[in-house]
Amino acid sequence: MLILRCPYCGVDAEETDLAPGGEAHLTRHGPGSDDAEFRDYLFQRRNPRGVHFERWRHAFGCGKWFHAARCTQTLEVFGTYSAQCSEPPEEIMTAIRTRRPDWEMPA
Amino acid sequence: MSSRLATGGRRIDRSKRLSFSFNGTKLTGFEGDTLASALLANGQDLVGRSFKYHRPRGIVAAGAEEPNALVALGQGDRMEPNQRATITELFDGLSARSQNHWPSLQFDIGAINARLSRFLPAGFYYKTFMQPRAAWKHLFEPVIRKSAGLGPAPTQGDPDRYEYFYAHTDVLVAGGGIAGLAAARAAAEAGARVLLVEQDSRFGGRSATDGVVIDGTDAEAWVAEQVAALSAMPNVDLRLRTMAAGVYDHGYVTLYERAGDRDPGAAPVRHRLWRVRAGRTVTATGAIERPISFAGNDRPGVMLASAVRDYIDLYAVSPGDRTVVVTATDDGYRTALAVRDAGLDVPAVLDTRPDPKGPLVDAVRARGIRVEAGRGIAKVRGTRRVTGVDICAQAGEGAVIEHVPCECVAMAGGWSPVVHLWSHCGGKLLWDETAHHFRPDPDRPPTGADGQGFAVTAGTASGPMDTGAALADAVEAGHRAAKALGHDKGAPRIPQADGTADGPPAAVWMMPHGAGPELRGKAFLDFQNDVKVSDVQLAAQEGYQSVEHTKRYTTLGMATDQGKLSNINGLAILSDSLGAPIPEVGTTTFRPPYTPISLGAVAGEARGSLFKPVRRTPIHDWHADAGAVWEPVGDWRRPYCYPKDEESHRDAVNREITATRSGVGLLDASTLGKIIVSGPDAAAFLDLTYTNMMSSLKVGRCRYGLMCTENGFLFDDGVVVRLSEDSFLCHTTSGGSDRVHAWMEEWLQTEWWDLKVWTSNVTEQFGQIAIVGPKARSVLERLGGMDLSAEALPFMAMAEGTLGGIGVRIFRISFSGELSYEIAVPAGRARALWDMLLAEGAADGITPYGTEALHVMRAEKGYIMIGDETDGTVIPQDLNLGWAVSKKKSDFIGKRAMERSALTDPDRKQLVGLETEDPALVLPDGAHAVSGQTNRFGQQETLGHVTSTYWSPTLNRSIAMALVSGGSRRMGETLDFSLEDGRIAKARVVDPVFLDKDGERQNV
Ligand SMILES: [Zn+2]
Repeated sequence: MLILRCPYCGVDAEETDLAPGGEAHLTRHGPGSDDAEFRDYLFQRRNPRGVHFERWRHAFGCGKWFHAARCTQTLEVFGTYSAQCSEPPEEIMTAIRTRRPDWEMPA
Repeated sequence: MSSRLATGGRRIDRSKRLSFSFNGTKLTGFEGDTLASALLANGQDLVGRSFKYHRPRGIVAAGAEEPNALVALGQGDRMEPNQRATITELFDGLSARSQNHWPSLQFDIGAINARLSRFLPAGFYYKTFMQPRAAWKHLFEPVIRKSAGLGPAPTQGDPDRYEYFYAHTDVLVAGGGIAGLAAARAAAEAGARVLLVEQDSRFGGRSATDGVVIDGTDAEAWVAEQVAALSAMPNVDLRLRTMAAGVYDHGYVTLYERAGDRDPGAAPVRHRLWRVRAGRTVTATGAIERPISFAGNDRPGVMLASAVRDYIDLYAVSPGDRTVVVTATDDGYRTALAVRDAGLDVPAVLDTRPDPKGPLVDAVRARGIRVEAGRGIAKVRGTRRVTGVDICAQAGEGAVIEHVPCECVAMAGGWSPVVHLWSHCGGKLLWDETAHHFRPDPDRPPTGADGQGFAVTAGTASGPMDTGAALADAVEAGHRAAKALGHDKGAPRIPQADGTADGPPAAVWMMPHGAGPELRGKAFLDFQNDVKVSDVQLAAQEGYQSVEHTKRYTTLGMATDQGKLSNINGLAILSDSLGAPIPEVGTTTFRPPYTPISLGAVAGEARGSLFKPVRRTPIHDWHADAGAVWEPVGDWRRPYCYPKDEESHRDAVNREITATRSGVGLLDASTLGKIIVSGPDAAAFLDLTYTNMMSSLKVGRCRYGLMCTENGFLFDDGVVVRLSEDSFLCHTTSGGSDRVHAWMEEWLQTEWWDLKVWTSNVTEQFGQIAIVGPKARSVLERLGGMDLSAEALPFMAMAEGTLGGIGVRIFRISFSGELSYEIAVPAGRARALWDMLLAEGAADGITPYGTEALHVMRAEKGYIMIGDETDGTVIPQDLNLGWAVSKKKSDFIGKRAMERSALTDPDRKQLVGLETEDPALVLPDGAHAVSGQTNRFGQQETLGHVTSTYWSPTLNRSIAMALVSGGSRRMGETLDFSLEDGRIAKARVVDPVFLDKDGERQNV
């Protein structure tokens, strides 16, 4: 059972207080997108063994959505950050690179 | 035959005699006995039958690893199957029954399986019972169900109380043997908060029985001293009868405390599930001895060598007058000495090693005990129990050298560290080439949120089997755990143990080494699941290479003991068969819990009324007093109907409908979801979340809206009211308010965070009462306070004011097709308004109605219900609601999906009405329309299914709605619906609006 710090209220929340929201930083493809883009947006997920960016909601706390960068293999958490961004902020990237020098952000 | 010795027994108190029963026979034991030791003391060495072959089985172990001695414990509503006798503390009045035999333990018909064992090889379920299918259903399955399975499931509810307990600690120490105590002391003295838990009823583990001497004192005294010191420290908690069951992500550990097992019915709490967050977890879980694979090793009387000396030393139980020790280790000699010290005979020690030497070997020889080097057991003699062993050369094929009569065989196959807790959350293992076991790899621990290992092993759980090294390891582990958390006071002192380390054990995976098929077919690996050496070899021959697949194919290690004894031996056999080294074959996954825990503990207090909270409307008590029949709707309880006196539910529903349609009815609609959406961008946001255009809605007006998922599927509906230019009230379904509110927040926070919008779920802040029927207006007008004329408050309009002195917001909306007002009122005033409406409407025969009347009336009007007409694959257009899907908006959630070809297919199922040819026949819910053709699987081809079906008292006939392929093209067609009894009901496809198509009733 993971512990993630909610970046809004600062609480170290137990996983039972959180609701998972799957992969982060997806681009919404709405009207006008082609079938492949729309399929990927709805269904295609990276599911990596290693560094992963996820969406979580502090569902039984402040109610806010936030992002978490963590390793799905070792369960190490590199940091949590605002949901209102479309890519991880620099300090999160730095934290990941410090711990995983060989890691590269997937295209 | 086993018996009680005249003297000794470290744990038993002979002055306290306890009576208990086994299979109805009255027996006695002593305070301090386990059920297993008491059974052995009474000569009861046959305790059960094995799972597959129903072979007689006896007690093998003295601890949690016991595979055979599973009993049904307790009686009536306190009966619990599959309880291990070896960890069941005896108490006065205990009642136990053996399992898996029929008709009796002594004579068991299923034992014939053993003679058929040739026909029940590995994977026999897969091989034998696949074809023909009919044979499976009528022959194999009933027979297997009768004869297989261990204990029976209890038939009554569990009367005991269980609870959760939450705890936080710096260092959790799992295991209260000498290593756990030493680790706890080191961590505590460094300044950490320490919680030490021990599954047994005593601290100290095996140390006293094994004759350990620490710092010049015997183990029992040393343990007492440590426990006293730890108990006196304010930063330490000690718990007995508490097992660390599972280790999970980020240092979360569950503990299983058996608080009241010795006091059934009287203890306030039976089991307690601890949910612990520990900074570091020290696993001081010790080691488990391995059995040896020789023919007949499952006969009652064959035991682990460590268990033999446990029973002698702790409980003064003789496992038999003559014990043959068969060993691959020096440790087996400790058992020989313990047996001889108890005044019993050791006819021989059979050591598989060619040249045994060392102090223990010398001590045994000095006692005049015969030691045979390079020898093993070819075969155990005896059927119900051991009568003797045939000795052979370990290096040979099993040629019998000599027969030695005995009653007990003590197997010493070497020790494996208990690595379960370490492994549960990803700790990795190393194969130790010298000790022949897997041990934790300290460089690859389970890691926490900070990327650092959060588990540390201590003592024999780390690998070293001699006391001195184990103690040093444990102290270091405790100190390191504390230090990692910033507690670094003082320098720890390492207690010194007397004696020297044992010599290296031999790796003995098959006895004798060259055993032929006859012997291998009787050498058991997994006692509980009846998996033999030959089964694993067969699996390898048949191409199984993965240890995980072999486990499932042979069922090795899949019983309730989860292979605590069989794992390594089975693995070694597989590795040998595959010609691959053991570490390459690897282990199966260790999964929590360590040993089975009660379902009661898992459930805790979440049972009965506490299983799930119930939401009550502010008018709940009135409904209860009125004798409402309840229906669960989401978490709510809503009145289904209000039967009067002896009235049937159906009669009550019909009465409520007729009274409403002809006069006036009253509905508690408080459960409707109510979400306020406000802010400068509220209208723009609702244009994105609803399929309809909401920005064009005028202030004070209502609009029925639909919400779809991004897949285009309809998931909620309700009336939206524009309260002001920048605020809206969104009604949702009763079960959907939390979901819809969360959905809105998700989009606002994670996709359209630039929109200035606030949402609040005010569902419980307001009561809502619908007053429905031709006389609704006159009742409200008599209450006074607001102009409710058709001109002042037309259909789909909203008005605020006071009604009978209560502040209200009135929506003129209708879910029944009648003149209808839904009145929102602060929750605290809802009951007062309800009472006022009932009193004022009494003269008009005002009639409260429940959810079933609501459903029938909405179906008479062809209105859909989320969850009836929708199932997660239905789009608005399927339900003839295309009018509510905006074509003007450039975007809304689900718009892109509706462009997919599958969602524009004209053959999609569409909503239609149905009228049965027999008007009295109400179609069953979900009934399928069948075409009369069969599909390529030979099944009936279906055209669609019934979604809502009712008796309509208004139309005096049955009505139904259905989703039917190409439905709108089938108006007037007659379809066949198949009924459960095979009959066909005919129904005509009609417009789903059955009543008042022009809406004249509500437009008044
Ligand atoms: Zn929060």
